[in-house]
Amino acid sequence: MAKHRVKFTFPQELISNPIIYNLGMRFKVVTNIRRADVSADRGWVELELEGKKEDIEKGLQWVNAQGVRVDPVGGDIVEG
Amino acid sequence: MTYARALRCRRCGREYPLEAFSICDFCFGPVEVVYDYEAIAANMTKDTVVAAPWTMWRYKDLLPVGDKVIDIGSTVTPLVKADNLGRRLGLKDLYVKNDCVNPTNSFKDRVVAVAVSRALDFGFDTVACASTGNLANSVAAHAAKAGLKAFVFIPADLEQGKVVGTAIYGPNVVTVKGNYDEVNRLCSEIAENYNWGFVNINLRPYYSEGSKTLAYEVAEQLGWRAPAYAVVPAASGSLYTKIWKGLGELHKIGFIGNVGTRMFLAQAAGCSPIVDAYKSGSTQVRPVKPNTIAKSIAIGNPADGFYALKVIKESNGGAWAAPDPEIIDAIKLLAETEGIFAETAGGVVIACLKRLAEAGAIRDDGPTVAYITGNGLKTQEAVLGALTPPTLVEPSFNSFEAALNGKGRQG
Repeated sequence: MAKHRVKFTFPQELISNPIIYNLGMRFKVVTNIRRADVSADRGWVELELEGKKEDIEKGLQWVNAQGVRVDPVGGDIVEG
Repeated sequence: MTYARALRCRRCGREYPLEAFSICDFCFGPVEVVYDYEAIAANMTKDTVVAAPWTMWRYKDLLPVGDKVIDIGSTVTPLVKADNLGRRLGLKDLYVKNDCVNPTNSFKDRVVAVAVSRALDFGFDTVACASTGNLANSVAAHAAKAGLKAFVFIPADLEQGKVVGTAIYGPNVVTVKGNYDEVNRLCSEIAENYNWGFVNINLRPYYSEGSKTLAYEVAEQLGWRAPAYAVVPAASGSLYTKIWKGLGELHKIGFIGNVGTRMFLAQAAGCSPIVDAYKSGSTQVRPVKPNTIAKSIAIGNPADGFYALKVIKESNGGAWAAPDPEIIDAIKLLAETEGIFAETAGGVVIACLKRLAEAGAIRDDGPTVAYITGNGLKTQEAVLGALTPPTLVEPSFNSFEAALNGKGRQG
């Protein structure tokens, strides 16, 4: 089993969608929320994902395709 | 021998041994190096610093490195009294810290030197990074000197010219078919699965400490005092926060008096998530999609954004974002007044400095230091269209005089 730490940033229109629930259900990924800040117009969640590597990868592609920004928890890695 | 004592989470305060990781297991906050300052103060004096070689390692006691360090020939970089530029901006006591002159032409040599030295201590045989330029150059060069393997990840659409300054040192250059965000995600995954020293991921707590030497050098060059104002470019926000930490440390060990430096943070308007948060009064930095010529500081989701906002507040400083046309004008202004050709991040600093001086946020009541972190030869394309074209003449004296229209004739 692999683990992966990520940060999701939600645009306003997706705040009320059960994205994390669907990620867990559809891709058999355990989602462990560690920090979050969600308000009416924006939100971010830092979580650890556990599951098969390919399931996590497909799951994150799906989350991204929904319009959620997916980042490493430590911020951007690519530097100038 | 190192005076580094532990890694401590900046969010929850938990302490960990000095190992290769950057995120607190408990709260996912970033960890940073803490030191035994009493022991440092007992062993390090201004005299020992002054007697040491003219390199960043003269401040080694304040860095998380052991006895062996990787040095590719970095020296203490010049602090130039910028009288010509100062006259244009109405500042009599203006200095430029010129980090263009490092071995790979950017300040990244400071942070990478610490990270690669630490990688050797940890026993890594490979170091890695994801970069579009300066960081890649420096990692490849330091790995070559250290005899380590290097992997450098770059977006596949990066211009060939930008790859040369990295590829020449012989690393494994991996071009990723994907956008910036996809490269980010891939490298995060690789870092979790390979036992490599990723300089800005698992070695990040050590890497970022190298930036403090920009504070130490400036304080020493000003006669052991902190500047009244500092203008610092911000990508992840790490450099900005570490300069503040470095000044605080010098005060803590008794080298300088109270630090009253007002810290100003400079970003490009096309990628200014920290400035946006500051202006909106928020402590949360919202990620953005970068769109600016200042690519070396175009980080849409800055790791240290929250902490940079804290430094702005603690230092009674501020933040400004410069649009691309002003960045180009500022690169030219610095070159034409001080003979220093800065890359786009330097243009951002000078453009913001100009605006801050005009607004009265930076006044003429003490030394101001503008941090120039990279060489303009790396980003020539940014200014190509803004330069006066050369004068074309036939190979004859008459043609030359006609072209000058008599204006240049002397005597």
